[in-house]
Amino acid sequence: MLATMRELVACAVLFVAGLGKETFNGHQVLRLVPKTDGHLSLIRDLHNMIELELDIWREVRDVGSPVDIRVPGHKLKIVKRYLKTYDIQFSTMIKDLQVLLDEEQKAMESASARVPEPRNTDNFDFFRYHNLSEIYSFQDMLVAENPNLVSKIVIGQSYEDRPLNVLKFSTGGTNRPAIWIDTGIHSREWVTQASGLWFAKKIVTDFGRDPKLTAILNQMDIFLEIVTNPDGYFFTHTNSRMWRKTRKPNPGSRCVGVDPNRNWKAGFGGPGSSGDPCSQTYRGPRAESESEVNSIVKFVKSHNIKAFISIHSYSQLLMFPYGYIRSRIKDYTELNNLAQKAVTDLASLYGTSYKFGSIINAIYQASGGSIDWTYNQGIKYSYTFELRDTGQYGFLLPATQIIPTAQETWLALMTIMDHTLKNPY
Amino acid sequence: MRLVVVLAVLMGVSGIPDVTISPPTASADTSAHPNSIPETADESEQMEGAEEDVMATGELNPNHYPARRAAQVVQHYLNTRYGSPFRLIGVQTVHSGNAEDVTDSRRKYQLELSVNDIISNTTQTCSAELSFTKGKGQQPPEVKASCEELLKIDIKAQEEALYQKYKTSQTLMSAQYLPDSHGHIKPDMEPFWHLGILASSFIMLNESTENTLYNVAQVANITQLTTEEDHLEFDCHTLLHEMVSQEIIHWKMLFTWSPAEGVKVLQMKRLPHRHEREKSPKTN
Repeated sequence: MLATMRELVACAVLFVAGLGKETFNGHQVLRLVPKTDGHLSLIRDLHNMIELELDIWREVRDVGSPVDIRVPGHKLKIVKRYLKTYDIQFSTMIKDLQVLLDEEQKAMESASARVPEPRNTDNFDFFRYHNLSEIYSFQDMLVAENPNLVSKIVIGQSYEDRPLNVLKFSTGGTNRPAIWIDTGIHSREWVTQASGLWFAKKIVTDFGRDPKLTAILNQMDIFLEIVTNPDGYFFTHTNSRMWRKTRKPNPGSRCVGVDPNRNWKAGFGGPGSSGDPCSQTYRGPRAESESEVNSIVKFVKSHNIKAFISIHSYSQLLMFPYGYIRSRIKDYTELNNLAQKAVTDLASLYGTSYKFGSIINAIYQASGGSIDWTYNQGIKYSYTFELRDTGQYGFLLPATQIIPTAQETWLALMTIMDHTLKNPY
Repeated sequence: MRLVVVLAVLMGVSGIPDVTISPPTASADTSAHPNSIPETADESEQMEGAEEDVMATGELNPNHYPARRAAQVVQHYLNTRYGSPFRLIGVQTVHSGNAEDVTDSRRKYQLELSVNDIISNTTQTCSAELSFTKGKGQQPPEVKASCEELLKIDIKAQEEALYQKYKTSQTLMSAQYLPDSHGHIKPDMEPFWHLGILASSFIMLNESTENTLYNVAQVANITQLTTEEDHLEFDCHTLLHEMVSQEIIHWKMLFTWSPAEGVKVLQMKRLPHRHEREKSPKTN
């Protein structure tokens, strides 16, 4: 029962990751020792004062049993005064929680490096969420195992200098018409990166076995960017599970990051994006300011992309342009009909129900979004998915749902890719 | 005008103003697929421009977001009324809907929808009426809905067992991160995840407007407190996800629960975002 300091701190690290708070600078953990029943109720009263933002690490039990509380820096004075007034003995267990967390984090990182990693992609556990380095390893293993089909292209660097990797699935040719799929542009949408991994494995497994996919790859290339926002993804593992944006600091603001799906040159700056750096939908100082976006723009302009599919979670929607204005795209009927077919095929596997339509009607107005830009570049089959679920778990989709989600989504992707192949333009 | 708009669109001109765009000749949309979200043939809706807060009026497309957001409000309402650690209600489908301006500042919705009890997986159709006020002095939406069929599944035994277990226990329960980062919740903690969602439903109901869609992202912390009275008492910190702004909003609550009384929220407080706290360190 007696939690060691290490366990408590490990809890705090998880707490940080789950909570969305990024630092505990100046927070202290105090150990109180109630000597009387009166002390017990006084301590409970203290905890009930919600405005003090106390966090109990070891609960009130009985006289003599220590009570541990985490106190934010700016509340320390009040709390200590209260304790002294009522003669409640206390000591400082942790002087600055953030310092301890940083040390613990370093220890965890080196510990996980010692955990044996899968030697090949057949031993890769798709029923688990993986961290960034595991995903990078997977990519390299997949290429090594399938040198005639898969290669890795580094299309750029993230703000924090991480490689932006795209897997190219190709049977040859030069500048073939191609399909682009990206997952994880919003880092907290973990089921998307996890599905991207599964798609990659699915492609190499089905090539040469599944006639439809083989036909596609015989004439077209598939480009798959699994971790489109690696800085954000890393951050969701180490600090804040709910992080969405990039990790680029904003000059003159305490707030970090730009929403990479409001940073594209399509209705940039319009309603449906924010000019406030602290906002989750902050568009950035200018269109394509983020390297994560800019790299894809350059890639798309220098390749022959015929279908562009951007994958998000959650809401169970399949959408096509526009998000920034209400007017219908020229190809509305075709894209709408194709979307209808795709979600029907998706539902055929597990009965998962998706709605479909233009972004602005299906979910909300969003300006500066990727598929609006790609459509305006002439990439007709521009689609965006919002995967499972509809809000019960939301971003925290149980890992047990990764494979079913990926499997059903794959059916919809195949429908879109097959249509793209059979309807060249 | 249309040519200018087309050119502007192609050039990706930033900050397109609220342009009134005449819809192209609506092609015969033969899709009767229930999930289809047709770009409505209702011309008046399109003519009103591209603003987010232009409100759909009249017959609602059940697959467009206005109906979806209104249905979510009904969900929160139903959870405050019928919810339990063993009964959690979710919207399944909106069948039809209607919205109208009642006064300058009030809008009324009528919905026919299917909801389901996520735990027992039973579905029921209900009718609901909602009323939103907008503009200054925004008030919580008013909801009228009855879905008594949901009460048919008997959960009394489970509720009593839970209540007795934690009423008589020597130690007070406390749990964090429900679910955790990987979506996992220990089975014996699930009732507390549900309780966190129920308590949050009061907040989500209060905070909802036609421009929001709330879900509980995570129950960060739920801690049982001692109480002499005939209920369990909890201190709870939840993260709400608001879909339109994509913000994660932290709320702290003090609430009670008993099989007899259900959930009652005693105190609730929105916690400022970290960056807001840093901006004004002198407050509190």
